[in-house]
Amino acid sequence: MESSEPIIKLVGLGKEFQTANGPIKALDDINLSIEEGEIFGIIGLSGAGKSTLVRCINYLEIPTSGDVFFENESLAAMSPKEQRMARQAMGMIFQQFNLLDQRNVLQNVCFPLEIAKWPRKKAVNRAKDLLKVVGLEDRAKAYPAQLSGGQKQRVAIARALATNPKILLCDEATSALDPNTTKSILDLLKEINKSMGVTVVVITHEMSVIEAICDRVAIIDQSHIAEVGSVAEIFSEPKSKIGRQLILGDAAEQVSRFGGSRQVRISFDGRSSFEPVLANLILACKVPVNIMHAETRDIHGTAMGQMVIQLPEDETEQNRVLNYLKTAKISHEEVKDYDI
Amino acid sequence: MTFDSATISMLLTGTLESLYMIAVSSLLAYVIGIPLGIILIVADKDGIHPMPWLHKPLGIIINLIRSVPFIIFLLMMLPLTRMIVGTTLGSTAVIPPLTLASAPYVARVVESSFKEVDGGIIEAAKSMGASTFQIIWKVYLPEAKPSLLVGAALAITTILGYSAMAGFVGGGGLGDIAIRYGYYKYETNMMLITVAILVIIVQIIQEAGMGLSRKSDKRIK
Repeated sequence: MESSEPIIKLVGLGKEFQTANGPIKALDDINLSIEEGEIFGIIGLSGAGKSTLVRCINYLEIPTSGDVFFENESLAAMSPKEQRMARQAMGMIFQQFNLLDQRNVLQNVCFPLEIAKWPRKKAVNRAKDLLKVVGLEDRAKAYPAQLSGGQKQRVAIARALATNPKILLCDEATSALDPNTTKSILDLLKEINKSMGVTVVVITHEMSVIEAICDRVAIIDQSHIAEVGSVAEIFSEPKSKIGRQLILGDAAEQVSRFGGSRQVRISFDGRSSFEPVLANLILACKVPVNIMHAETRDIHGTAMGQMVIQLPEDETEQNRVLNYLKTAKISHEEVKDYDI
Repeated sequence: MTFDSATISMLLTGTLESLYMIAVSSLLAYVIGIPLGIILIVADKDGIHPMPWLHKPLGIIINLIRSVPFIIFLLMMLPLTRMIVGTTLGSTAVIPPLTLASAPYVARVVESSFKEVDGGIIEAAKSMGASTFQIIWKVYLPEAKPSLLVGAALAITTILGYSAMAGFVGGGGLGDIAIRYGYYKYETNMMLITVAILVIIVQIIQEAGMGLSRKSDKRIK
């Protein structure tokens, strides 16, 4: 096939849970396409529905409406046995690692191969190769209880990759890890994506995870997709309120606490961050502006910056600044509705 | 009471009879109880293969049998025992009621061991496309093994307690001796000796169960 079909397509996906207090919609009308070979992020606050969403992708949760297409095949139309076969082509890793405690590292990696009924010898060889990939070949005989969190997640990654899946689903895979370990696990996921061509879907509540490895991101809020786009696009011009909240992160709270008059968030892409944007603005408009917050982030190898400035009290001066930003084509938006 | 060779040989026979009863009954109770315990976990509404039509009645039957006092159960079972064994006297005659009374207990013990298996591990197995049978065989049983061994010590000592009651209906074993000599003939010493032997057996089973469990558990090292 010439044109690249999405490897995963969610169409009108919905999931309702029956609870004692009536039905609860965990997901509503989710439409998403995940392209082959990309690292796709799904971010949302806790309770937004992202864990349910990832479980719908491999049908661990059966959606109550809509459909999931894996390589153009409808999962809803498959028999339970075919669904199990499809799951063998999708690896999954978890926040709590979920290793088998009574099996050693090598046996854990062999586990999905036993399920897929590989011959034993071939399975052991494959498992040993994968332990090399994740850098744990010397811990093959260790049991999970003897490993650190990062090592456990490495075993889980090796295990998830054992059956040569086309896609790797990561459910908050770094949320239980410290920052350094998180970085090493993210680097490993990126490397696997590059070297093996495995499509990676990352579920997280941390914007830093998305910025570090994702090509594209979907922001999920209150059971809906708030917006989808490339990480750089969403960083420079978030369209949804939740998107702005997530990108500004902890700074949003400070900004709203100290904010008096109108505030504007300016974002810089790789190019404009080398230009003295603010200095030029002050010189051109001849007004002082107050910097409330400023930072630079490494998004997919490009330096992206954001800054929140407070506009002067005077309305004509405010308009002068806003006009300047518009004519200079600097991404900006007024900050007023964060109400966190 | 004198400690002659006849007494000693009687105690020895009684001990062997007791061990015979609990060994065979425990084995059979587990043969029946493990599949029932598996059904209780798997067919539950939150289980990996919900089957309410099977789970509900099974739960009720198990509770029903467990609520009948063993001594009453033993008497109720007499016709069936006669049919299977040919007699209602002796150690072998105790095995059918003992097995049937303990199997539901074993089922609950096995169920509670399986409940300890982390749901995340089951979910991981499902995400790899494991079938229900594979999850039972490759996840539940091996992951619950240490807990199953502790449970087995518990179940076997309970079965030992039941088997002693069989003395009331002429079932043989240490319980029989304790009742005939200790209770009916007021030979307190004889009663104390049989009880002491029972205590030792319970100790050994309990320690063995715990020891095997500890040894097999890979989580503590």
